[in-house]
Amino acid sequence: MTPEQISQQLAADGLSVTYQDSSPDPHILVPVESLIDVAKMLKEDPDLSFDSLMCLSGLDWPEHFEVVYHLFSYKHRHRVTLKVHCSKDNPTVPTVSQIWPTAEWHEREAFDLVGIKFDGHPDPRRILLPEDWEGHPLRKDDQPPTHWHDIPLTPQPSIIADDGN
Amino acid sequence: MMETKELNIPLGMTPERWEKFNLVSRASGERMTLQMGPQHPATHGVLRLELETDGEVVTKVTPYIGYLHRCFEKMAESVTYPQIIPYADRMDYLSSMNMELGYVLAVEKLMGIEVNERVQTLRVLVCELNRIGSHCVALGTYGLDLGAWTPLLYLFQAREHILDLLEELSGARMLFNYIRIGGLANDLPNGWTDKVREFCDFMAPKIPELNDLLSYNKIFIERTANVGVMSPEVAIAYGVTGPNLRASGVDWDMRRDAPYSGYENYEFEPQLGRGEFGQVGDCWDRYIVRVREMDESLKIIRQALDRLPDGDVKEKIPRSFGKMPVGEVYISTEAPRGELGIYLVSDGTNKPYRVKARSGAYCAVSALPAFSVGVLIADLVAIVASIDIVLGEVDR
Repeated sequence: MTPEQISQQLAADGLSVTYQDSSPDPHILVPVESLIDVAKMLKEDPDLSFDSLMCLSGLDWPEHFEVVYHLFSYKHRHRVTLKVHCSKDNPTVPTVSQIWPTAEWHEREAFDLVGIKFDGHPDPRRILLPEDWEGHPLRKDDQPPTHWHDIPLTPQPSIIADDGN
Repeated sequence: MMETKELNIPLGMTPERWEKFNLVSRASGERMTLQMGPQHPATHGVLRLELETDGEVVTKVTPYIGYLHRCFEKMAESVTYPQIIPYADRMDYLSSMNMELGYVLAVEKLMGIEVNERVQTLRVLVCELNRIGSHCVALGTYGLDLGAWTPLLYLFQAREHILDLLEELSGARMLFNYIRIGGLANDLPNGWTDKVREFCDFMAPKIPELNDLLSYNKIFIERTANVGVMSPEVAIAYGVTGPNLRASGVDWDMRRDAPYSGYENYEFEPQLGRGEFGQVGDCWDRYIVRVREMDESLKIIRQALDRLPDGDVKEKIPRSFGKMPVGEVYISTEAPRGELGIYLVSDGTNKPYRVKARSGAYCAVSALPAFSVGVLIADLVAIVASIDIVLGEVDR
């Protein structure tokens, strides 16, 4: 099925989704409240059966945060892209890790790098950065700390002179 | 005592085989935490596994990653589109060509560039060469982890041949920066295709040799068959892709089923795990799928050499990346360690707004706790090696 047909089927089942014909890849915008319902429907409906979450990315836009889900179905071999928005003041999105277990690590990464919180996540820790790191580096306004455990993180004067000697 | 025994019979291990391991002390029920890594030779880089053990039996695995995090996604936001290619090289440094191709295809889709057939064919050629080189390391170190030194040396000899070929082509041995947006860095040096043909003739008999040395070795089969069985359900749920997925019996290869860069023009057979010595999806299956994939890659290389059309490899390279189309693309390609997904968001400036790399090895590590509980510590070494991770790709 094409993303447009998938969106129509979701809408026919009473879910409030918006199909957006963005180029080159279209996507479906889902309100945060109905994310879990949409995800369950996509996974369980025999015509859709999206059994695999391929990629989950967090984005920092000027007005809001965004989580993007790239789904794939091994049964029907079709793909769809879902998006949810969450506010800057309360960047919280429900977790989909009970639907697609692979989301557990992807969500930890999105929390670590972008700072989006996943409500109900079984293990909400950082994954790539040290556990006591401050800030979320992929936020556009992130200021990296100058030191981490007395290790300077800003560029240090080089011991090699500029002329290469 | 009976309770602990039942609890600890490893997945996919017959009670008879389990009895052979009965020297294990598991009566106490006392759990011990063991840190495996980050400098453990069997973790293939800097991966730390926190094991909870009951005697010799692993009852819980918690992977800790990030030791090799080089901020690919953050750095990609601060450099221009063509400048990202060398960073993409460094994700999976054993198959840099495949990493470059994934990223470059994403930018080309965003810009609407269609490259000519010579570029497509050469890209397939170098990617398959790199895939064989990458599998050589995977299989060689697998033998090494289980105590077999010799296969590593033979396989590194073959890989050396590939690195020499790619060095002649691009000037670098591992981090090539050869595939460019809209084309390639340069055309082939004189006589290069003959050398690739020589390599194919050299490599083809090496694979039966490897089978004699390692694949059908009784000790090796004992160590790997029926160990670490990953069911297709677990593999799909955890987003495991590539050879690991095919070893679990799922017939899905991006090169055949969702072709890119002209892969639809080649005849080859994706290899599946068949459970010849144990259950489908065990360590031996994951091993043999890679061995057979090398054969298939050789087939693709020979076909690519035969059909290599003429053309200008720099024809479609854009003169400027100053103004990019606004939009976002997701491209997935079949890298040696699973599906490489590149999600690229452009806001119209000369630098990407966001680049996200979804790597196959990351998902393979995340699945470890799901299918390696209840095994012996020594078998965990076999499992970690069999999913063939490169920490550079896991941590990016």
